[in-house]
Amino acid sequence: MNPELGQVALILALLLSALQCVLPIVGAWRGSRPLMATARSLAIGQFVFVALAFGILMWSFWTNDFSVAYVAQNSNLSLPWFYKLSGVWGAHEGSLLLWMLILNLWTVALVVFGTKLPEAFFSRVIGVLGFVAFGFLLYMITTSNPFLRLLPAPASGADLNPVLQDPGLVFHPPTLYMGYVGFSVAFAFAIASLLGGELKSTWVRWARPWTNLAWGFLTLGIVAGSAWAYYELGWGGWWFWDPVENASFMPWLIGAALIHAQAITDKRDGLRAWTLLLSIFAFAFSLLGTFLVRSGLLTSVHAFAFAPARGIFILVYLAVVVGGSLLLYALRAPKVTGGKSFALASRETLMVIGNLMLTVACAMVMLGTLYPLVGEALNIGRISVGPPYFGPLFLILMTPLVLALPFGPLSRWGKADLGVWKRALIRIVALAVLAGIVAFVLRARGWYQLLGVAAATWVMAGVALFAIKRWREAPRGKRYPFEMLGMMLAHFGIGVFIAGAILTRSMSVEQDVSMKPGASVDVGAYDFHFNGVAETQGPNYRAQQGTVVITRNGKHVVTLHPQKRTYVGGQVQTEAAIQAGVFRDLYVSLGDSIGGGAWSLRVYDKPFVRWIWGGGVLMMLGGFAVVLDKRFRLKRAVEPETVRAKPEPAAPRKLAEGEA
Amino acid sequence: MRKPVGRFVPLIVFAALVVFFAVGLVWNQTHDARFVPSPLIDKPAPAFRLPRLENPTQFVTKAELLGKPYLLNVFASWCFACGDEHPTLMAYRDRFGVPLIGYDYKDAPQDARAWLQRHGDPYHEVITDQSGGTAIDFGVYGAPETYLIDAKGVIRYKHIGPLTPDVIAKELEPKIRALEGSGT
Repeated sequence: MNPELGQVALILALLLSALQCVLPIVGAWRGSRPLMATARSLAIGQFVFVALAFGILMWSFWTNDFSVAYVAQNSNLSLPWFYKLSGVWGAHEGSLLLWMLILNLWTVALVVFGTKLPEAFFSRVIGVLGFVAFGFLLYMITTSNPFLRLLPAPASGADLNPVLQDPGLVFHPPTLYMGYVGFSVAFAFAIASLLGGELKSTWVRWARPWTNLAWGFLTLGIVAGSAWAYYELGWGGWWFWDPVENASFMPWLIGAALIHAQAITDKRDGLRAWTLLLSIFAFAFSLLGTFLVRSGLLTSVHAFAFAPARGIFILVYLAVVVGGSLLLYALRAPKVTGGKSFALASRETLMVIGNLMLTVACAMVMLGTLYPLVGEALNIGRISVGPPYFGPLFLILMTPLVLALPFGPLSRWGKADLGVWKRALIRIVALAVLAGIVAFVLRARGWYQLLGVAAATWVMAGVALFAIKRWREAPRGKRYPFEMLGMMLAHFGIGVFIAGAILTRSMSVEQDVSMKPGASVDVGAYDFHFNGVAETQGPNYRAQQGTVVITRNGKHVVTLHPQKRTYVGGQVQTEAAIQAGVFRDLYVSLGDSIGGGAWSLRVYDKPFVRWIWGGGVLMMLGGFAVVLDKRFRLKRAVEPETVRAKPEPAAPRKLAEGEA
Repeated sequence: MRKPVGRFVPLIVFAALVVFFAVGLVWNQTHDARFVPSPLIDKPAPAFRLPRLENPTQFVTKAELLGKPYLLNVFASWCFACGDEHPTLMAYRDRFGVPLIGYDYKDAPQDARAWLQRHGDPYHEVITDQSGGTAIDFGVYGAPETYLIDAKGVIRYKHIGPLTPDVIAKELEPKIRALEGSGT
């Protein structure tokens, strides 16, 4: 297959995206059905050509076509086949192509599942997505073409960055992008509402499953990235407040806020302006995240000194998309916003508090991430803002959120019910204190540990109380609809995450030691015995492989083989060896040879570290579960009701519907 | 619902951010390319004593390099822009007319060696500054940077960022020829 065909396919997709952006929107504006009818075929056509381009790039990797510059830079003959294929998204140009492909997948999914949306609204949504695609394709074709030829072609390529040669990283970018791009749907719904000058809460309802799905994928992507950093970077840490991590964390925070805001707008017809703004910002941060990570901007603004066109294009694109959206919001908001107010002690209030905390946390992360860049741009030197800034601030912002979290589901929509709060508070405090005491008896020491146990119990107890309440009060079969199940899973996941994060931090035993073969070191209750280092050979690397035998009270636990790999390209990569367990990880990472047969080693005993990702997986499942709810099955709603009926206030003993 | 101005707040904040970045981006580019005033231009280069990359037990000093002009190119294997600059150096190494000396900046020697092995070595000599201590004396702002040092050890020209054929033709080569013309 000819890479030039890929180039042509991209150009055709660009032309189609231009049409997709103009025709359906003009059609919706003029009320012309033929024009609106083009939306579907244009979206599908664009998908076909982008998929073709993607396939051709993949084929170039598969067949080792090093005449394609991008392939030559990111692959070589000895690279295993799965890394060859994932090499497609191993660097800037291919990542953009993957981003495009996923955007098209989401658009086509909308075309398939959105057949019951009102035609004008649907056309505007597809038009907005067309505009997003147009910008990306233009950027790719003008500044980041993955199909550029490299002539004469080298015999073999360089290497895929060895840091990326890991099974986790094969799936990390696609899931992350599924999340980023997924927010484009909520964004398109918001912009389409603003364009049409009309916002119906039913439309917000239709956007909700997409947001939840996107957020679930984003959660998975972040969890995969964190787990990868844990075993690949060799430091045993799981979150570094690294700019790249922050880039994915910002849309996650806004996405979590958006999920709740959408629920309020859907069910209570309130917070419309807030939902619109969050829809715009969730996508804006997704764009920012994509560009920040892949453009090289974060490593240094110098990256742009080399390719100024990229930097300027990105800035203009962000300015047009986000600035245009905000301008539209400013002009049109009075037409579409408004809605109901609510009592102070209602569920809405708690959700708004949570929303504010998440948004402020996002702003805090953004400030810390961009500050060094600003410093460099103004030539006042690189100022690094590290964990000392993020850690405490994040803790401060999340504490009220965690404290309020159990009470959200337990309180009622719209109305104050202090009695419910009081009863719940007593039970939750009792359970949290009890858990603290149990932990103390189980030899947990230090206020940080006890506080962690109590906080995690606080959240989990809240979920449990809610589950019991539903079980008692709701009729059989209607106790746990998927939407509510999703909420419970996600909230419970937060509890599990808190337990993992705090217990790992407070209970880990970490030692950097230098050992000669035959030496031993005690870490916690374990004895690590070093048996020396031998040379081994992998498919595209040589490795120094250590052997460490771990025993506990003289009983053999496991033998670990940490590696230090040297790849064909010459890059060196540490591969930690980990004995994973539900309650603890034993972690050995091989450092450098110090001479005389001695090696430096990092040996860790990390209790509860899996709970961090376990919590993340629960949150993801929560996001996915919500999608299955019957509430979101589109009814034949060609003409949705103008004002959504109030949620049955007259129903006797009306149960609070759950939010996710 | 609120005062009409309130609706414009997100837009205004965002616009301010964009303007700020635009200024930063443009300022940075123009500034980098042309106007970084190095206080060391036309001043003697700092004295240095740095190990050779190929054989770290041997040292290269400023005194040893006196007598003829040379180019000092600051690079590192971790430096993205250096990879972009690299093909240009490969193409021009024999056309400069003066030796091209690599200055491996804050880099692990084995990484630098692997990098040069993989991409090709454009340098006539490579010295390493693992701590970056000497680089501070030179006023190194970031890799890549290129210094033109004359036979008397005086810095005649400095370029920040990757050398491009354009920069070489318009700025660097005239300076080199001027040195040759003056016989120093």
